[in-house]
Amino acid sequence: MSPRRAVSGGRIDRLRTIRFTFDGHSYTGHAGDTLASALLANGVTLFGRSFKYHRPRGVLTAGVEEPNALVTVLSGAVREPNIPATMLEVYDGLIAESQNRFPSLEYDVGAINQLGGKLLGAGFYYKTFMGPVIGPLKGTRFWMFCEHFIRRAAGLGRAGTEREPSRYERMNAFCDVLVVGAGPAGLMAAKAAADKGVRVILADLDANPGGSANWSDETIDGMAAADWAAETVRELKARENVRMLPRTTVWGYYDNNTLAALERVADHKLAPAKGEPRHRQWTIRTGAVVLATGALERPLVFPGNDRPGVMLASAVERYVNQYGVLPGRKFAIFTNNDSAYRAALALKKAGGEIAAIVDLREKISPAAREIAGKVGGAHHTGHAVIDTEGGKQLTGIKVQRFDDRTGVLSDDPRNIPADCLLISGGWSPTIHLASQAGLNPVWSDELQAFLPPQATQNWVGAGGFNGGFTTAGALAEGHAAGLKAAGAPAAAIELPAVDDDGLDPKPAPVLEIKAKGKAFVDHQHDVTADDVRLAHQEGFVSVEHLKRYTTLGMATDQGKSSNVPGLAIMADALGKQIPEVGTTRFRPPFAPVSVGSLAAERYGDIRPDRLTPMHDWHLENGATMYGAGLWHRPMIYALPGETVEQAYVRETKTVREGVGLVDVSTLGKIAVQGPDAGEFLDRVYTNMFSTLAVGKARYGLMLREDGLVLDDGTTWRLGQHDFLMTTTTANAGKVMQHLEYLLDVVWPELKVQLTSVTDQWAGAAIAGPKSRDVLAACLTGTKADNETLPFMGIVRGEIDGAPVMICRLSFSGELAYEVYCGAGHGTHVWEALMKAGKPFGIVPYGLEALGTMRIEKGHVTGAEIDGRTTARDLHLDWMLSKKKPFVGSAMMDREGLVGEGRLQLVGIVPLNNRPVNGGAHIVEELYEDGPRDSIGHVTAMCYSPTLGKYIALALVKDGKSRRGTRAFVSDPLRKRFGPVEIVSHHFYDPEGNRMHG
Amino acid sequence: MLITCPYCGPRDVSEYSYQGDGNRTRPDPASTDQEAWNAYVYDRLNPRGEHHEIWQHSGGCRAHLKVTRNTLTHVISSVGFARDAGHRKSDGHRKTGAEA
Ligand SMILES: [Zn+2]
Repeated sequence: MSPRRAVSGGRIDRLRTIRFTFDGHSYTGHAGDTLASALLANGVTLFGRSFKYHRPRGVLTAGVEEPNALVTVLSGAVREPNIPATMLEVYDGLIAESQNRFPSLEYDVGAINQLGGKLLGAGFYYKTFMGPVIGPLKGTRFWMFCEHFIRRAAGLGRAGTEREPSRYERMNAFCDVLVVGAGPAGLMAAKAAADKGVRVILADLDANPGGSANWSDETIDGMAAADWAAETVRELKARENVRMLPRTTVWGYYDNNTLAALERVADHKLAPAKGEPRHRQWTIRTGAVVLATGALERPLVFPGNDRPGVMLASAVERYVNQYGVLPGRKFAIFTNNDSAYRAALALKKAGGEIAAIVDLREKISPAAREIAGKVGGAHHTGHAVIDTEGGKQLTGIKVQRFDDRTGVLSDDPRNIPADCLLISGGWSPTIHLASQAGLNPVWSDELQAFLPPQATQNWVGAGGFNGGFTTAGALAEGHAAGLKAAGAPAAAIELPAVDDDGLDPKPAPVLEIKAKGKAFVDHQHDVTADDVRLAHQEGFVSVEHLKRYTTLGMATDQGKSSNVPGLAIMADALGKQIPEVGTTRFRPPFAPVSVGSLAAERYGDIRPDRLTPMHDWHLENGATMYGAGLWHRPMIYALPGETVEQAYVRETKTVREGVGLVDVSTLGKIAVQGPDAGEFLDRVYTNMFSTLAVGKARYGLMLREDGLVLDDGTTWRLGQHDFLMTTTTANAGKVMQHLEYLLDVVWPELKVQLTSVTDQWAGAAIAGPKSRDVLAACLTGTKADNETLPFMGIVRGEIDGAPVMICRLSFSGELAYEVYCGAGHGTHVWEALMKAGKPFGIVPYGLEALGTMRIEKGHVTGAEIDGRTTARDLHLDWMLSKKKPFVGSAMMDREGLVGEGRLQLVGIVPLNNRPVNGGAHIVEELYEDGPRDSIGHVTAMCYSPTLGKYIALALVKDGKSRRGTRAFVSDPLRKRFGPVEIVSHHFYDPEGNRMHG
Repeated sequence: MLITCPYCGPRDVSEYSYQGDGNRTRPDPASTDQEAWNAYVYDRLNPRGEHHEIWQHSGGCRAHLKVTRNTLTHVISSVGFARDAGHRKSDGHRKTGAEA
């Protein structure tokens, strides 16, 4: 038997022993344990070190709001940090580590920060890292140096660097009623709604639905509350119209009753089952929501309230009743309300010794007084705990007489030995989701808490969420809420009977005991009551500023337990009431959400791929593929032993001297059809298309409305009212959207239809002096001679039985043709062309050779059409029609887009014949003291086999007038510097004789 | 957020792409009024409250919708086709193919 496990009781499976490791030590627990309950059962009280001061910390809570006991779970080399031990179910083989300690939890070097407590107060980072403005360290980098170490010491868990192998899933769900929280209220609501036959989803944080029924000592309907809950859950599970989502955090409430929920599908197992994701991200669209999220108990703020052994009263009640764990031997209780007396009763029943109940109220309810008498130990009303004792474990408390109206301490302090202190500062309804779907929360003086706001979406609350703290009330409200959410009229039923213990949940309006020592408000971020006061002294009045300055409530627990105490201290400092100080709005997520679950199928192996029809052929023929957006395109077809450069140089040479074939299926293709198609193209292109003859193609340039270049490509006139537009691969979607907008919004009177046909056509460009001979060898139904198929002409025919459409146009600068066919015929036609080309020495070529030939020709692509260049910058002003307005024509001649100082397209020849890189800067001079005064940058470079040297394209300030001059390339990142000559971007065949021939 | 497309019915916002401020009017294409063009290309209203926006149902019928949305509450009070709203000055100097 573990040292702190009660002999009997609890809802764990004592027959099933679980073995796990924490900080390298082996422990055992039982099925149904969390890591927190199992470690407490083993007598472990030290769970971690605090964020700033490295103070020893234990476990404060038993649930999702845990600020202290965060652990890292290891699985192989993968580390998952910052998991609350209170939410982690133990499983065989679990390996967990404490965080934020070095070298070990017991002996932590960083605890030295405690001595420097004054240094690390509110706004420490803001103040310190601005650097000293006076003194010997003024303007030095000394503080930057210190920051590195302090930052390393003050942090939460460390994430791993290994790739995370888990699978995540996203799921959509639709229902009529979503019930959030499966405590007594939620269960009743789900049952009432399900009885009306509507579709119900019931989501709960925990593995076992039941909420407080699982750890209260009450009876419902004559049976133990937990048994009643289990029975109700069984009943709901049997319904076809109910879906249960256990281990699920509903974390966001969005418009139109859309809620986000994270289901932890496999975190309670060593490995997910086959096909099972680790987490499932739910998007739930529902007609109505029942918020039955309960309430969270708040700590009291007093010196030493963070010592291991100080725990929330309700948490201890839960450890005792649900897990059969007594987290100490000798218990003391410190409270401002009645609810903590319930925990005292539970402890007593389980065999714990109550040393004292310290109640800061003078007057208490008869029910509470009766319990105090029953459990034994001293009962100090009108007293407060002013300090705690012990090192890494509580050994005793210091108590003094206290006036709950004035906050004044009097009389001599007395010591009470205890190794576990239960604290209760009252309860805050869990209104986080309501706050996302409602107006401002409403302050209740009586409960010293914010109650749910007025709804702006269709939700209804029940139970502790509403600020009611009795189980009987929860059952009644749950039933009514379920009916209301299901759209059914209110109807009274006989509700299950619950014993009323007569305890009064209303707390005294005291959350802080002002005594000497560090009293923590936000345990996770190590924010003390003095920090809040310091912020006030320094002039922070707004609660939003206070939060940011002190970082109160900004840790992973998002201030679930610190929000109200923090506000109370701020209000006190300002001399105002809490509602006047205001609350901060709760934003999603309610609890941390795994990033993997948000990415889900969009990450890793199930990311969509776009493959051209000839993809398999490329792979079978030695292509090295290259990712271009979602497309996969051949980069090179290397022969054995070839480098990338050798491969593309060979491919380029073969095209320039013979013939080559390249897959251009990825080009965007848009069918522009209708009686106004020509007029439409005239408006969107800078040049004329309405005058283009049928059976001809033209190179076109498109501007954005602001006058900068959008895209370029050829458009083919297939019929009087039928055009086929091609776009660059990267801009296909953008151009389509641009055209659709203009047609639909700006010129709806134009009779034009746009259809994306990118995926319908396969395209292959056959290029080189021998390309016509290859076509002649395989093309039937038409001729390919210069008369039938002149430059920019279009013919239709067949290749090996498949219909094709051929346009004679050239990107490479050689005699070339683009052969289009139905996507399903792509590989067939490609293979026929390769076969016909074999006697002519045809090679397939990839993007590298394609890029090399376009640089040699000075053609522009996305590297030059970068959203900042004009047609003039790219020497394309000859394409700007003066006969008609077009998109961008009114804006393209604005000040700043014309005249001197523009970056213009130029060619670059490195004079040392060494490669330069895209992105390298061009400078007029290389200075000794470091690179500066850039006049432009390299956009693309290659080794040109045609010219026998490295060449590049660049955008250079007033580049045209610099032709023939020298400059330097400056690439400090890659440490490449050297002289270059600025030349025309037309390196090769500027007259275009080869492609026209 | 749900937008009710007049063709397709209520659909999730992830099916739509935002296409900008719906209060803009494109000047006559032949206009050389730089102020007017500048306003069309760069000026955007950024109201707190009701706003006219253009959304394209890009994951559906691809129609452009003029949506009246409250930027404070996300409440959508009306949805119609953008083409009916008139976002351009009349294009007087050229005839369309249909009329020619
Ligand atoms: Zn639609």
